[in-house]
Amino acid sequence: MARLNVNPTRMELTRLKKRLVTASRGHKLLKDKRDELMKQFLDIVRISEKLRLSVEKALMESYAGFQAAGAVMSPEMLEQTFLYPKQGVGIEMTFRNIMSVNVPMYDIITKTDDKADIYPYGFAATSGELDDAVSQLSSVLTEMLKLAELEKTVKLLAQEIEKTRRRVNALEYVMIPQLQETIRYITMKLDENERGNLTRLMKVKDMMVQQQIEASRAREAQRAVS
Amino acid sequence: MLYRAAVIGDSQTVMGFKAVGLTTASANDGSEAAVQLHKLAESGYAVIYITEQLAAQIEEDMARYNDTAEVAVIPIPSQAGGLGIGVRGLHLAVERAVGADILKQQ
Repeated sequence: MARLNVNPTRMELTRLKKRLVTASRGHKLLKDKRDELMKQFLDIVRISEKLRLSVEKALMESYAGFQAAGAVMSPEMLEQTFLYPKQGVGIEMTFRNIMSVNVPMYDIITKTDDKADIYPYGFAATSGELDDAVSQLSSVLTEMLKLAELEKTVKLLAQEIEKTRRRVNALEYVMIPQLQETIRYITMKLDENERGNLTRLMKVKDMMVQQQIEASRAREAQRAVS
Repeated sequence: MLYRAAVIGDSQTVMGFKAVGLTTASANDGSEAAVQLHKLAESGYAVIYITEQLAAQIEEDMARYNDTAEVAVIPIPSQAGGLGIGVRGLHLAVERAVGADILKQQ
């Protein structure tokens, strides 16, 4: 692993050590976040998959009803019956916070409360199959909205998990090893300097002792002569 | 603010949704559907259902709304049947998050 391009000084060492502590703490936190997100995500995915299958089944049944009605009535007639719908659907959107991811929650608000308002036509000229199909479609609507909510949550969580996972990996496999490597390098360099300094001092001391010995010998020789 | 919901699909499929109060937009091919999708997404629609037959043709346009919380684009089967795109979307999301499709084994 490549080490960072820094000067091997004591100041740099303290700075890097501080960064390493922060990075490790961040890594631990992000890892926890990833694990918790993953747990919630898998729960929601499972529910959402089940709901999707049941919604798709209900929709297909309702479509079959429309097809049956289409067989009895002429296409123009069918078109005409739905020309002006009485019912209107609004969505109240609030946001829920899952591990700092904002996911939408939908509440359905209908324009009229009357249950019969889903039939915007007179019953005289339309077939009974049509009524059944419309009523079934109306009952599946809440589930469809719930499905939209869950699937959106799944997508948003997936994005967040991907982002968090990248960060965790970047810290674990790049940032932290790099810092450790650099810290090791600086410590080695400083130790090496220390050792070099020590030997130099010892050498100087030896030289000084040698000089003193020589000086005292010279003095003794002088005294002996005189 | 009150948002609305819409359905994009062939005219046969969307007909019924009109009765229950959703806005409907009929489209015959992918490019029409893409135009409708962007138009609806920009005009206060929080949930847009789109038939799988059309969804298959405009996956890129739909992917644009993947990361926005305000607009949910949800594939549904049309009268001609489903193509399994909705379930596949879930599997893709799992793959994106986990790194492998772990739903498949079940």
